[in-house]
Amino acid sequence: MSRHDIAVILHLFSRSARLQKKRATLTIASIAWGTVTILMLLAFGEGLKRQFSRNERAMGENLAIHWPGETSKVWKGLPEGRPIQPRIDDIALLRERIPECDAIWGEMRSGRTALTYGRKTVNAGLSGVNWEYGDARKHYPQPGGRFLDARDEEEKRRVVFLGYELAEDIFGKEEPVGKTLLVNNSPFTVIGIMQKKTQTSSYGSQDKGHAVIPITTYKALMGRDKLWVLVLHTARSEDMENALARANMVMASKYGYDPKDEHVWGIWNTVKGQEISAKIFLGMEMFFGIIGALTLIIGCVGVANIMYAVVKERTREIGVKMALGARCGWITGPFLLEGMIYTFLGGLAGAAVAIVIVTLLGLIPSEGVQVLEFLGKPTLSWPSAAATVAVLGTAGVLAGYFPARRAAAIDPATTLRYE
Amino acid sequence: MTSEIIHMGGIRKIYDTGKVKVEALKGIDLVVAPGEFVAIVGPSGSGKSTLMNLIGCLDTPSDGHYRLAGEDVSKFDRDELADVRNRRVGFVFQGFNLLPQISAFENVEMPLLFGGVPVRERQERVAEVLGRVGLSDRMEHKPTELSGGQMQRVAIARALAMRPDVLLADEPTGNLDSSAGGDIMQLFTQLWEQGRTVVVITHDMSLARRTSRIVEIHDGRIVSDTTVAPRLPGICAFGAPASDSAKGPRSLA
Repeated sequence: MSRHDIAVILHLFSRSARLQKKRATLTIASIAWGTVTILMLLAFGEGLKRQFSRNERAMGENLAIHWPGETSKVWKGLPEGRPIQPRIDDIALLRERIPECDAIWGEMRSGRTALTYGRKTVNAGLSGVNWEYGDARKHYPQPGGRFLDARDEEEKRRVVFLGYELAEDIFGKEEPVGKTLLVNNSPFTVIGIMQKKTQTSSYGSQDKGHAVIPITTYKALMGRDKLWVLVLHTARSEDMENALARANMVMASKYGYDPKDEHVWGIWNTVKGQEISAKIFLGMEMFFGIIGALTLIIGCVGVANIMYAVVKERTREIGVKMALGARCGWITGPFLLEGMIYTFLGGLAGAAVAIVIVTLLGLIPSEGVQVLEFLGKPTLSWPSAAATVAVLGTAGVLAGYFPARRAAAIDPATTLRYE
Repeated sequence: MTSEIIHMGGIRKIYDTGKVKVEALKGIDLVVAPGEFVAIVGPSGSGKSTLMNLIGCLDTPSDGHYRLAGEDVSKFDRDELADVRNRRVGFVFQGFNLLPQISAFENVEMPLLFGGVPVRERQERVAEVLGRVGLSDRMEHKPTELSGGQMQRVAIARALAMRPDVLLADEPTGNLDSSAGGDIMQLFTQLWEQGRTVVVITHDMSLARRTSRIVEIHDGRIVSDTTVAPRLPGICAFGAPASDSAKGPRSLA
C-alpha cells in the first residue's frame, strides 16, 4: 500500500462519513450497546467469581483437615479396625518432620459449651487451638483486640477469642474485650473479637459463632489431650500434595498402620475444592463471554447489513469511481476502514459506559446486604477487556470485509449503462 | 510517441453465460489516430456498447490485441486497467453518472484524486476545465441543482480533468433535448478543434454526421468506415466539408 493509496482511501472515507452522519451514529451506538453488554456480563461474572472465592477462602486457604478414624488393613500382625487417635504431642513431631507446611495445628472441640456473662448464658461451640490457627483460619481481630499468641499457649492462660456473632449474643452492645466470661464456670478474659467475614464453607461450625481458647488451656480445663482434628496449612497450594504424603508417613510409622490405608484419616483438602471452583468459574466466565460476544456479533451483523445496503445503493457510484480509475483497494478500503473505525469508536464508547456503570455500582455499600455479600461487585478485569477487544476487532474487520468484497465484485461496464 | 491512439486488431469478445455463448464482437480492426473525431454507429445489439467497454478498458477482449496510446492493455489486470482508464480515457455517459451527493467541483476532482494530483493543482485544474465547459459559476452546485445539459457539461469537464488521450462518449446527447444536445455536440466539436481525440458511440446518424469519421458496426463486425472530414481542422489543408458547414467542424475559435 502506497501513501497515495492511503490518501485516496482516507479522502473517500472522510467524505462518505460526512455524508452519512446519522448512519455512522446509529452504527456506533449499536456497537457500543454490544460492548456494554459483553463488558457488563464479564464484569458481573468476574465480581461474582472474586466474591465467591473470597467467601470460600474466608475459612482459610490451602488447608488439609484430618479427622482421625480406624485402620481398615492388617499391618505387621496388628488387626484391622484399630482407632488411630492423635494427641497434642504429635503436633510438635509433625512440625519437625514436614518442612513444606507453613503451619500445623491441632484442634479440640466441644459442641455445646455454656458461656456465661453476668446473668446471661449462651451455649456455643468451643475450640481449643494452637495460636497459629489465627492467621491461617482468618480469625482477624477487630481493632482493640488480638488473637491468641504463643505466650497464651505456653502459660495456659485463660483467654478467649470470640466470633463476632457470638460476642453480640453474649454482650449485646457492650464492649467485650477485657471483660471476664465464664467458660464451663471457669473465668476467662475476652482478648479479641473476630472481624466480620462472609464464610461459605466450614467444618464444625461457622467461625462467627464459636469461641476459641489456647489448646493447652483446653487440655487443662477438660482434662484430655486427644485431638478432634489435625490441620496442615501450606503457603503454596502446590506443596500440599507432598505435605500430605509426608504427614501420612510420619503418622503411619508412629501409630503403626499401613501407609496405603486410606481409611485411617478422613481428609478434607481445600486445595482440590479451590481447583474445582476455579474450573467452574472459568466455565461460567466463558459462558458469560459467549453470550456477550454473541450480542456484540449481532451488533456487527447489523453494521455489515447496513454496509451491504450501502454497497447496493451505491453500485452505480462504485461503478463510476471504477471507470474514473479507482483501483480495487480504493473501493474496498473505505468500507473496511468504516467497519473498523465504527467498531473502534463504538467499542470505546461502550467501554466508557461500562466503566461508569461498574464504578457507580461499586459505590453502593454491600455491607449488611446479603445479596451483595454473595454476588460481589462487578469488576472489570484485564482478561475480560482483552477478550472484548479481540471480539470487537474480529467483528469489525468482518463487518467491513464482506461488504467490501461485494463492492469489489461490481462490474463497471454493466452498472454504467443507462437504464 | 506512437501515431495511433487506438490500435485494435482481431478483437473478439465472447460472453459465456454458462448455457449460451454470445459472440458480441467477431473480429474488429480499428485504428484511431490522434485528433480524430470518430462516431461509432450501429443499431442496438450490434456490439457497439461492447466495443466502447473495450476501448475504454472497462473490459478485456476474449481474443485479439489492443494498444491504447502505445500500451498493450489486452492483458492488463484490474488495477492496471484502472490506472489506464484514469490517465488515458475520459468517459462521458448517456446517464451522466455524476455522484449525486457531492458538488460539481468534487465530481470533477474525483479522477484527479485517483491520479494522485496534489491538492493545489487539483483545484486549479478543476477550475480550468469547469471554465472550459462554461460552468465556472456552478462549481459548488450539486448535480441535482443543475439542468441535464449542465450535468453533461460537468461530466465532460470530469472527463477532461486528467487530460486523457481519448474522450469516449456513449450516447452523450441521448438524455437531452435537442437544444441541449446540440450544445453538447458543439462542445465536443470545439474540443476536437482544440486537438483532442474524440470517440462518440451513437445510434443517431444526424449526430454522427457532425464528426470527422463514421465507423458503422453491425452484428459484431465493422461494415463501413468513412472519413468525412480532415483529422485536424484548421491545420490540415482539406478544409471543412462543403456539404453542410454547420454540421462540420468550424475553424479554430
